[in-house]
Amino acid sequence: MTAPASVTVLYFAWLRERVGRSEETVDLPADVRSVGALIAWLAGRDPAHATALAEANKIRCAVNQEFAGPDTPLKPGDEVAFFPPVTGG
Amino acid sequence: MARVAVQEADFDIGAEFAALTAGRTDIGGIGCFVGTVRAAASGPELTALTLEQYPGMTLKALRNIAAEAERRWHLLGCTVIHRHGTMRLGENIVLVLAASAHRHEALDATSFLIDWLKTRAPFWKKEHFADGSADWVAARATDDTAAARWDACPPGAGA
Repeated sequence: MTAPASVTVLYFAWLRERVGRSEETVDLPADVRSVGALIAWLAGRDPAHATALAEANKIRCAVNQEFAGPDTPLKPGDEVAFFPPVTGG
Repeated sequence: MARVAVQEADFDIGAEFAALTAGRTDIGGIGCFVGTVRAAASGPELTALTLEQYPGMTLKALRNIAAEAERRWHLLGCTVIHRHGTMRLGENIVLVLAASAHRHEALDATSFLIDWLKTRAPFWKKEHFADGSADWVAARATDDTAAARWDACPPGAGA
């Protein structure tokens, strides 16, 4: 038996507002082991997540504070962040 | 080693220039870019901007961008300071300084730093309007184009 694979998920800017929180810890099902799979799984949890994560082309991601893509693998303890394309400067 | 900071407080451009050049006689030119909050050209009246950051990652990203500039050009000093929080019209948002022996390296490094920062540093702008409404700024394709022009410049090409 393995311990639950828990990851921390952070949301920024309008993703944070649409999800309704800035951070959550989630236990991943065994078949959710990539950023793309995590987005699909989170979107299926409730309408707020579904609305926030609906437009995949407007969402950027970082894993452990490095930019990542849908194929980036996830492991227990990872920090995953979802945010819109950046607009600083 | 670049001076990189993410802070809520405004920065003192004169003090940053002085810190960059203190005791140096080898600097021949300093490139400088200051980004400020400007009024909206059309539509509802803009009163303020809020800059959100990703604590931890934002500072790391700025350090990586500064390190890349130091790889590409022979810099004798480099400063990148970006504010977060709420700023009124006319206030400073970001400061980039790049010092070198010669002007082209200083100016090119300054352009590179702000172009990469705009597309690679995790900051998000929210606009606040006089009517009480607020909205997130959408990323612009022209910023991606500006950043992409540095893709053709291999590391060390300017050194």
